[in-house]
Parts: sequence; structure tokens; C-alpha cells
Amino acid sequence: MINSLFLINHSGDIFLEKHWKSVISRSVCDYFFEAKEKAIEPENVPPVLQTPHHYLISIYRDKIFFLSAIQTEVPPLFVIEFLHRVGDTFLDYFGECSETVIKDNVVIVYELLEEMLDNGFPLATESNVLKEMIKPPNILRSVVNTLTGGSHVGDTLPTGQLSNVPWRRAGVKYTNNEAYFDVIEEIDAILDKSGTTVFAEIQGVIEACVRLTGMPDLTLSFMNPRLLDDVSFHPCVRFKRWESERVLSFIPPDGNFTLMTYQVSSQNLVAIPVYVKQNISFLEAGSCGRLDITIGPKQTMGKTVEGLMVTVHMPKAVLSVNLTATQGTHTYDLATKTLVWDIGKLNPQKLPNLRGSLSMQTGVPKPEENPSLNIDLKIQQLAISGLKVSRLDMYGEKYKPFKGVKYLTKAGKFQVRT
Amino acid sequence: MSLATGYNDQTGAETAVEAGQETTPTTSSTGAAFGLFSADFKKNEDLKEMLESNKESLKLEAMKRIVGLISKGKNSSELFPAVVKNVASKNIELKKLVYVYLVRYAEEQQDLALLSISTFQRALKDPNQFIRASALRVLSSIRVPIIVPIMMLAIKEAATDMSPYVRKTSAHAIQKLYSLDPDQKEQLIEVIEKLLKDKSTLVAGSVVVAFEDVCPDRIDLIHKNYRKLCNLLVDVEEWGQVVIISMLTRYARTQFTSPWKEDAVFDENNEKTFYDSDSEEKKGQNEAKPYMMDPDHRLLLRNTKPLLQSRNTAVVMSVAQLYWHLAPKHEVSVVTKSLVRLLRSHREVQYIVLQNIATMSIQRKGMFEPFMKSFYVRSTDPTHIKTLKLEILTNLANEANISTILREFQTYVKSQDKAFAAATIQAIGRCATNISEVTDTCLNGLVLLLSNRDESVVAESVVVIKKLLQTQPTQHSEIIKHMAKLFDNITVPMARASILWLMGEYCDRVPKIAPDVLRKMAKSFTAEEDIVKLQTVNLAAKLYLTNSKQTKLLTQYILNLGRYDQNYDIRDRTRFIRQLIVPSEKSGALNKYARRILLAPKPAPVLESAFKDRDRFQLGTLSHSLNVKASGYHELSDWPAVAPDPSVRNVEVIEPVKEWAPSLGKAKQSKSDDKFYSDDEEKEEEGSDSSSSEDGSSSSDSSSSSSKDSDSGSEEESSEESEETSSGSGGSSSGSEKSSSESESEQRQKKKTKKMPQRKRKPAASDSDSDENGNVDQASSSASESSPESESESDSDSPAPPKKKEANAQPKMAVKSKKEVSLLDLDDFTPATTNAPQPSLVSSSLLSDLEGLSLSNVSSAVQVTSPSFGPVKTYELLHHMTGKGLSAKYHFPRQPCLYQPTMVSVQVILTNSSDHVLEEIHIGERSPASLNLHCFNTIERLEPGASVTVSMGVDFSDSTQAANFQLCTKEDQFSVSIQPAVGELLMPFSMSEADFSKEQRNLQGMNETSATVAMATANTPRQAVSKQVLSVANVGVVSSSQDSMLRFSGRTVSSKALVLVSLDLKEPPAVLLTINTDKTVMASMLLRDLKRALAQA
Repeated sequence: MINSLFLINHSGDIFLEKHWKSVISRSVCDYFFEAKEKAIEPENVPPVLQTPHHYLISIYRDKIFFLSAIQTEVPPLFVIEFLHRVGDTFLDYFGECSETVIKDNVVIVYELLEEMLDNGFPLATESNVLKEMIKPPNILRSVVNTLTGGSHVGDTLPTGQLSNVPWRRAGVKYTNNEAYFDVIEEIDAILDKSGTTVFAEIQGVIEACVRLTGMPDLTLSFMNPRLLDDVSFHPCVRFKRWESERVLSFIPPDGNFTLMTYQVSSQNLVAIPVYVKQNISFLEAGSCGRLDITIGPKQTMGKTVEGLMVTVHMPKAVLSVNLTATQGTHTYDLATKTLVWDIGKLNPQKLPNLRGSLSMQTGVPKPEENPSLNIDLKIQQLAISGLKVSRLDMYGEKYKPFKGVKYLTKAGKFQVRT
Repeated sequence: MSLATGYNDQTGAETAVEAGQETTPTTSSTGAAFGLFSADFKKNEDLKEMLESNKESLKLEAMKRIVGLISKGKNSSELFPAVVKNVASKNIELKKLVYVYLVRYAEEQQDLALLSISTFQRALKDPNQFIRASALRVLSSIRVPIIVPIMMLAIKEAATDMSPYVRKTSAHAIQKLYSLDPDQKEQLIEVIEKLLKDKSTLVAGSVVVAFEDVCPDRIDLIHKNYRKLCNLLVDVEEWGQVVIISMLTRYARTQFTSPWKEDAVFDENNEKTFYDSDSEEKKGQNEAKPYMMDPDHRLLLRNTKPLLQSRNTAVVMSVAQLYWHLAPKHEVSVVTKSLVRLLRSHREVQYIVLQNIATMSIQRKGMFEPFMKSFYVRSTDPTHIKTLKLEILTNLANEANISTILREFQTYVKSQDKAFAAATIQAIGRCATNISEVTDTCLNGLVLLLSNRDESVVAESVVVIKKLLQTQPTQHSEIIKHMAKLFDNITVPMARASILWLMGEYCDRVPKIAPDVLRKMAKSFTAEEDIVKLQTVNLAAKLYLTNSKQTKLLTQYILNLGRYDQNYDIRDRTRFIRQLIVPSEKSGALNKYARRILLAPKPAPVLESAFKDRDRFQLGTLSHSLNVKASGYHELSDWPAVAPDPSVRNVEVIEPVKEWAPSLGKAKQSKSDDKFYSDDEEKEEEGSDSSSSEDGSSSSDSSSSSSKDSDSGSEEESSEESEETSSGSGGSSSGSEKSSSESESEQRQKKKTKKMPQRKRKPAASDSDSDENGNVDQASSSASESSPESESESDSDSPAPPKKKEANAQPKMAVKSKKEVSLLDLDDFTPATTNAPQPSLVSSSLLSDLEGLSLSNVSSAVQVTSPSFGPVKTYELLHHMTGKGLSAKYHFPRQPCLYQPTMVSVQVILTNSSDHVLEEIHIGERSPASLNLHCFNTIERLEPGASVTVSMGVDFSDSTQAANFQLCTKEDQFSVSIQPAVGELLMPFSMSEADFSKEQRNLQGMNETSATVAMATANTPRQAVSKQVLSVANVGVVSSSQDSMLRFSGRTVSSKALVLVSLDLKEPPAVLLTINTDKTVMASMLLRDLKRALAQA
């Protein structure tokens, strides 16, 4: 399966390597560097590459390339999914997944990688199993460890590894028992020039934070489960119950986890919370252009739109901008040619507007296409699809947990073509 | 050190300092580096010192630094002796880090590595499974050939370890050993074979990986484990699932026949069909089509389907490919939604999934067409994702959606990403050729693009237009002219070449322009790219043939230029053309055919998807992704024309998956059902109506004998009961009718899934459809008994040969139980008020039936005050005809059960009516297996004619669901069932009148059930009324201050829920009967029983 892993930073330095079988020379990465060179943007590097003796499968996240070298046929998604799991684990352990943090914690990283794969086959990828074997670093413990010579390596076999509920460890205890669920929905949409919806869908995710003593068995039910079209679950969810009764029944992992992701059935019309009036034009004659954007509320279900932000990737010819915003601030990054307009809260009485001129490079033909606008927004206490959690029940434990559900709507890939 | 120097050469990015640290003085050049190196040398020295110190913390610190070196790819192998000493350290972290080091360097320092082996060997015997496992892990990771025998031994031992975790590790070790020494293959296969039989979900994934690695061709090892793997699949960890699914895909392609043929032969094989799909829908499909899917094949499809909901994208993809390669065509589309869902995942995941969708969408447009909009391109997508989406959109294009797609394409053409814009133009070209309706529109659109300012767009358009024109050149001379005009402005070689080719090919359509273009080319010939030069030569040749007058000189000039070109291709071509077209004395026969050669009508190019040929690879594989056969790729074989023997997958232990038994198996079994029922049926008739049929000779004996036993009082009772039977079944018409009709085999199979709850409760005797099977010989009826009975109870497969050996039967039940549990759970979760009344009706009719059979109700002295009072109604448990001489009756003694408070105590009277001694009478397996039953001790010996009374306890869990179990003798097993009347599930509960009223107030509203009953005679004494109540239900009398009120209280045995019964006798003969309990289902059943009893009072 996976032979070796190389971590490569943005500028092409290999700063960590790990081999699970015989050592593969790091010269194998040269093929990758070649492809990286060709692709210009790091996102454009093809995830699967072939070299004379190896296959290279890589992912790019948090400015790091996770490059795995393999020798035989293996489903590429298997490797990609695993590499992302490695990245997630780093994130989980160190709070971020960056070159510095990995270098600082290289021993823990190495121990983690050792546990996650055996002979190239994933062994323990559940975060709670890993955390029992290798304690995540924190300041207090590292101080104590240096004084006492103690270690962050657990000395017992994690119970989860052997049980039928590998995601939960035994003997969890809390003084405050609480279970919080965040229903977060994202609107993915493409609007065309005139504001009509070319494509729109809602995807949701239920993030849970469960801190409950013992082995609780939870049941979460919805007022309108019919809205959910396609779902995927954390392994803890009993699929049979879902199929027959449309309730989520599960023994939760301890701590934060993603309970389910779903897509709202396409029959339902998607409410688009804002409308955008825009006019971007590049004048043929002079070396300048005009930009005028206004945003107003559309279908907000009576809630306030917050965290509104517009990002525009300008054509390369745009040198600088001279704009005034009636609300919020705007910045133009010359290097990436990105215009960011951070609006904040949307006031329906006084619609935010951004207008002004763009100065263009002279002698370059005017851009064919107007740049599309990427909209970011948030609406608190609203699931735009109308999904509602009706109740949460707990079985198997005696105490009364504190329960809470929060709703949030966000813009996902929300694009307005101009 | 050589290794380190190697690195330096390869990684230019390494800083000079680092380079210096690793290189030996001989290879390193600068003095500064040398200095640094010596410093580094010292550093390693002090690491060595630290390792040799006595302080744990220093050692640990040293090891941490060494791991840091390893992670950077720096060599620290010279520390090996110092490190290996610490392998036996007590400090777990230190030990782990030493392991990391060992695994990394043991291969290079084989002799020294051997020093550590004994530590591992000792650890392999450690009582802690964790230590055993990690010792095996490291031992097997040390790639030192000398220790192969030790590894082999360790693996063999670990494969039989108690701990599944250790067994899992041993499965991983198999691969490591195999890669170290392939000669061990045979022995390793043995271990794999052993581990494949492992039932732990932990092991399953790892051993399949080992199997795929070591002996993927030994498909025979899978046969016996196939069903187990299918059933375990859902519970295996996600990585294992991927491997198992892809292995099973390969397996299925060799073992089953293709489900894609529409007219496959109907497979009547009983063996194969005994379990098949559970749902009616699937059955319908099977009936509609003559092809009969192998049940194992279906099993695989069914058990993998839920995994489409996995959060692991690799699992979803592997299920999708399994469906693509194995499922009947119409079922493949279930994977669509899940695949589209994966498109929301990481960029890399999208890339792979889109590749697979691209391949799928070529063959099956319909699958993804409804999700077309999900493939719309966003400006933020990376280029390779964009082009894949474009590819898919093109594949999905058809007459209906082409206008939408083209509108979308228009946006893409304007994209700033020029590579993508060019790809879009090609896509438009493909749409134009594939869908003739839009060819003209596309062509016009492309011509408009020719005036685009971006050169690459124009160039691509030219190329595509060229291809399009080839398909229908006649009407398009205008376009060719237009392109000729553009020629001066286009610099992209491919586009120029394309225009030249077009000119030449259709020179007769543009007779004026073509020579002029040639003239321009003659001028710029030397500066052109090779491909343009070639086309210029072509154009010249063609013009020479058609229009030699104008172009002769030009052509010769160009040919001369070409003759001395630097490129040999062009020189060759020029020479060839010259010989071909210019007539000379030497020129051969070809000259005559020059025109026909050069100006032959050429077939239009077919614009195809780049993914056209990818379907030769299994979807989701690396090979598919690269479109190259990767090493270690196992070809997916074609379906066999004839399926290999499916019985190889049969195991002694029969798996519980199958819900119903189709075709032959069913027919046979339902027939035997009839026989079985008929026996009881006759008895019932016998009992209830003495004047009726004397047809069943054998059974009439039995019933008459039983009626002899009963006294006169019971005689009366029996007739009453028979009336009840009729009224009961009449009143409950729908329920009982259904149950009787259900027993007709076919309907039953269909309804089986839906009616499971009541079917489970349906007693054997309630059927009344089997009159013609009267004279059934004893043997067959008794033989058939066990199987149909178990079938009706458990609703699982049980194709079990009727006379199954117990050894086999035992594990079967165990597996079955799992299923039963889930069924029960469901019942628990949904108290199903809709279902409940029906079973209760059935059960009551059964009750009366049974009462009709063996009437021995001794309704003696009703002690009103006594809390536990026993109107002993005896029911038949096993008739001596069916029991081969063993007969059993039972009654509820209404005593608190000794064994467990939640059990209802039951007394069973066993009688030996045969002429031989019966031995070892005991209770066998039960169903549902979760049934909590306290068995009586085995009766070693029962003499002929003797009888013995034993008591047992049954936990009915407050439901009237029958307790089914097997009554076994030494030779035989008989399935029997105890069906409790609802009243028997109660225990008297004494309380004061005040308490009673209080509790009653608490249980109002929906917890109250009431009815008015007209009693048989007006002035019935209270005693008689309460006697009737007590005969029906095991409740206690609550003293009442009012004359007209009768109150009874009880609690359910299992859940201790209060049941309050009150009768208001104010206006006789009408009695207002009220029951308060939160067990509403029980209340309604009890109410009905009481009504019936009171109507007779």
C-alpha cells in the first residue's frame, strides 16, 4: 500500500520523510517537482503521477504537499483519503497543520505516523484511539514531562481499538454532561449576470460536541427528515435505524466530531439570501475600467445577514483600484489581483455599495471576461433549508445531560458571474 | 554515508549547511562545510554519550533528536550500537523511539540488529496483548533475512492468539515476511487460510490485504468465507472495507453469471435460491426477468449498499465500482447520488471521482444526467477539475439538454484560463458532431470565435472547425474563405496547418484564394514550423494537380525549399511528393494515381472522449486513473458463461442473511407446513365440534383420549370455548382471515416481510386451510415439523434439512439470534399500535383453539381474596402424534416465578404415550434466541405411560408473542411454542382502595380503556363476576366500599406496570368495564378477553 510519505513545503523543500517499508530515496520527489513546476499553481498539480518505478499520490493542503510514494496498484482515493486523515490528525493534535508546527513536534508526528500505518496499511486512524496512545502536547504536560522525564506515550492499549465502538473510549467522565449540535448549511450557487440562478444546492453538516459520561446512546430526530436527500454518516450512526425510522441513533465519540453531512433534495427550491447588482466594465479606449457593486437582501427569512464579504479575482491587466465603499473596507492585493470587500452586517435600509474605477495596464487588450464575484455570508440561527431538530434523547445513562442545537447558514461556493 | 551523499545530489533544495553535515570529508568540498561536519560529528558523539548515560531522560532526549534526524532523512546509522542497547528499556516512549530507529536502520546493520531479536521473542510471550502485538510488529518490520524462520514461527503463533488485535498484527506481518522472502509463500498461505476463517471484524480487513498481496489467485480460499465476509463487511473498519470490497468484486466476476444479459436462463437451483432478496420489489424483478441472480451475488450487492453512506470517500468509491461492475444495469444508478456527493470533498478526491464519472458517463448517460448541474464549472476550480467537468458535460449532452449545455459553454469560452477555454472549444466541436441538430449552430458560434482576440482560442476554433467541415464540406466555402482571410493573423502552428490543409482539401471551392495563400506561404516557408511546412507541401501538391497552370512554379519553388530543409521528415515528404506529382521519365506507375492518392475523399474524424478506452480498467483503481496498467493490477475477468458450482460457498454454519426461501425450497416447505398444520387442524375440529369429521384417524384418537381426561365441567367449557373460537375469529375477521390466507404458501412469501410481527405470533394451529391433507403419515408430519416451525418463527432461511444434527443446529441458531434481536429491537422502538391488535386477535383465537383441543379447565373454588389464584387451564404443547409418543401440556400456575421475577412460571406435564422409553428430555434451542427462558432439568428417562410435571420460567417481556423453543429427546427435536394469554402476564398486586383511585387518576386519558358489556343474566352475583375476571386475568381483588364496584389490580410481570381493572355493576346486566394501564396494547387485549368472559357470566 503506502510505502513512504514526504512532506514538502510550498517552496519545494522536503522537511519530513517517513518510510513504512524499505526506504525509498527522496530523489523520487524530483518527478513531482517537475510536475509542480509545470502546473504553476500548487492547486493544479495532478494528484496522481507516474514515475518509472513508483506512483506518486499527493494532496495539497495548508500550504503543504503530502506526497506518498507507492509501488503497486491501490485505489487512489484510499491514499488520498488517508493523507487527508493524516492532515486532520495533525490539525487535531497541534491546532494547526503547518510546517513549523510539524517541525516543532516532529517526535509526536513520527510516533503518530508509526501508529497510523503498519506496513503501509492504515492501522489506527480514529482520533480518540490515537489520543489514548499518544497524548497531544500541551504546555502543562510538556513542563511536567521535562521535570519528571515522563512521556506523552500512553502505556495501555486503547480500549477503543478492540471494542466494537472504536470511536469511543471507555470510562469517560465529566462533571458537566453536555451535548451540543451545530446544524450548518452551506449554499452552493452560481448566479448569472442577470441574477437568475444557474445552479443552487444546499449542503449541510451536523457538527457535534458531545461530552457525556459513560456510554450514552443518543437518538436525534428531525421535524422534517424528508428534506434530507443524500446523507453520509460518522461510522457511529446506526444505518438501519435511519433507513427505517429516519432518526439518528448512535453512541457518540467523545468530544468534537462530524455526525453527518447531507444534501437537501433538489426538488426544494433554494432560497438565495442576497441579490447582487453589479456592473463591471473595461473601457476599450482608455486604460481604465469601472466597477459598481450593490448588495441587498433577498430571502433571509427575517434574519440578519452577517459576515458579508465579496471576493473578486481581477484579470491580470488590472493594476490598481480606486474605489469607495459606503460600508465596510476593501483591499486589493496586487500580487494575487484579488479584491476583497469586507462588508460585515447587511443593513436592509442602507444597502452597501462599492464603486469606483480600475486602472489597467496600457497596451494590453481589454479582458474578455468580467471576473466573477465570490460571496461569503453568514446567517445565525437559521438553517436555510428549514431543517429542524425535533428532539434528542439519551438512553443507557441515568443523568440528565445539557442539550443544545445551533443553526447556521453560510455561503459555500457562492458565485455571481458577471 | 553513501546514502547521505546520494541525497545531496538529488535534493538541490537542501541548504549548504545541511549538505555539509552529511557528506564525508572526501566528497565535501568547502572548508566551512568540513568544519560544520566535524561539529556535527561531535554532536553525534554527544548523542552517543547521552544514550550511554544512566539517566532515562537523557536517553529519551537523545532518541528524540535522533528521530528528528531520521525524519529529515539524515543518516544516523553509526549510532546503531548505542541505540540498540536500549531496546529492552522499561520506558515505553524510549522503547517506541528505539523501535522507530530499529525499523529504519536494521536493514543496513543486519548483524547488530540481531542483538535485539531476543528481546522481541520474549515480548511475544508477554501477557499483555499490546506488547505482544507491538513486538510482532517491529520484529516483522526488521528486514533481515536471517530471522525469517523466527518471523515465520512468530506469525504462526500470533495467528492463533487469543487477542484479535494480535491476530490482526500477524496478518500484517504476513505481507512483510512475504516481501522479505517470497519462498515462504506456501506456509504463509496456510496462515492466511486460517486467518480468513477468523470471525473478528478487526482481522478481516488485514487478512484480505495479505491475501491480495500474497496469493490473489487462490480464489478458492475465499469460497467458504465469502458469506461471512459479506456479512461482516458493515462492521469492518473503513480501510478494510475498501480492500474487501475490491477483492469481492474480483471474486464475484469469476463466480457468478452476468446479470446484464436480458434473457438468461431462469435458475431453479434450490441450493442457490434458498436465500434471496428480502424485498418484494426485488422479487418482482426476478420474476419479470428470466435471469435469476445467484443469491450470493445478491447478498454482496445488498450488504455493500449501506456503505454508500460512508464518510470515507474511498469506501463510497469502491462500492460504486462494485455496483458498476457487478450489479444489473438498472440498479447501478443507486450509486449516482453518492458519487455526486463526493464532489463536495477535497480537490484531489474530486479529481479521482470525476475521472471515474467521466468513464461511467460515456456508457451510461442517464445515470448522471439529472445531476448535470453539479458538473458546472466554477471559476475557482483548478484546471484539471475544470477539464474533467467539461468532459462529463460533453458526455452528457443530448438533444434535450444541448441548448443548456451550450449556453454554459459560452461562459466557459470567455474564461481567463485559456487552456480551459481551448478545451471548451473542443468540447463544443464534439457536441456538434454528436448531435446533428446543433451542428450548424455550433459551427456559427465557432466562426464567431475566429474573431476572438485571444490567439489560442482562435487557433483551437480553427482546428475544431476543420474537423467539423470535414463532415459536411459542401455548404461551407464561405467559412473557408473567412479562415483564409484570418490566416495572416494566426500564428499558432496547428491552426495554420489546419487552414492550409483545408485549403488544399477543398481547393476546388476556393479556386482564387488557394493559390494566393500558397504564394504567401512560399514567401514565409523557411520561417514556419515543421507541421506548417508539411501542410504547405501538401497544399502545393494538391494545387499542382488541380490548378497546375497557376501554381506550377510556386510548387516547384516550395519543393526545392523543402528538399534542403533541416528536418528529414520534410525532406522525405518533399521527395515523395515530387516523385508523385511531377511527371518525369523515371517516375513510376504511381504518377498516374497521384490525383487519386492525394485527393481521395477522406473520412471525417470522429471526435471522441479521451475516456473512451478507460473502461478496460476496473473503476476506482490507480490504473484507471493513470490509464496505464499499474504494477500489481489484477485484471477483472469477464463473467463466466456458466457459473461455477455455487455450493462451494456453503458452510456448515448457515448464515442468517436471507429473509425468505424462494422457489422450490419454499414450495416444499409450505407444503410440509400444511401437513403439519393439518394435524392440529383436525384435532381442533375434533375438539370443538365432536360431531364433525372422522377423517383424521390418527388425530381423532388423540383428541378423544384428551377429552376423556377432562371432566364434565370442562366439557361444558369446551363448547363454550368453541363458540368463542368462532366468535373470536368472526369478530376479528380481518386478522384471522389474513392469518389463514397467509398460510397459503405463495401469498405468504410475499407478505412475509410485511407481516413479520403477526406471523411470528401466529400459532401453528390457527390455520384452517388444510382439509385435504388429512391422512398424513406420522413420520412425515413429525419430520417436517421442525423446519416449518422454525421458519415461521424466525423468518430466516432455515433450509435446514428437517432432521438436522444438533451440532449443526446449535450454531445456526446462534447466528440467527443476531437477526432476531434486531427484529425485536424494532418492535421495542415502535410500540406499533397498528400491528398490535392483529396479533392479539390471532393469539386469542389460538388460545380458544387450543382450549378446544385439550379441554381440562378445572374452574374450581374461586378464592376471591387469594392474590394468586389458579383457574388451571391446560394447553397442549406437544401432541403425542407429532411428538412421536412424547406429549406435553402446560398451564400457568399463576405463582411468582422462582427463577426470576420477570418470568412467568409455566408448568409442563410431559407424558410418554409411546411404547418405548424416552430419554434425555430437555429444552433445545429457542427462538427468538434472546428469549429468556428458565429450562427444566433434563429428564433422563421417561417410562412408557409415565408422566412427569416440570416447571419452567419464561420471560415474555409483557407481550403475547409466543415463546418458541425446541423440546428435545435423545433422538428427536420438536418445535413447540407457549402462547400466553394476556391475563397470564400479570401478577396480582394488592393495594388499598384509596391507592387504587389515586393510581387510576394517574392513568387516565389514553391510558384508560373502557367498554360496556351486557352480561348473560341480569342478577349475576358479584362473586361470579369476579370469578370470571379472575379466570381471565391473574389480578388481585381490591376491597371495595361500594357494592356496585368491583376493583382488581395487578402488575405486568416483566415491566411491573400497573394494570387496574374496575367494573361498574350499577345497571345490570350492563357492566361498565374500565382498564387503566399505560400498556395500552395489553389493555385492549385484556378488555376483549374480559368482555368475552363476562358475556358468559
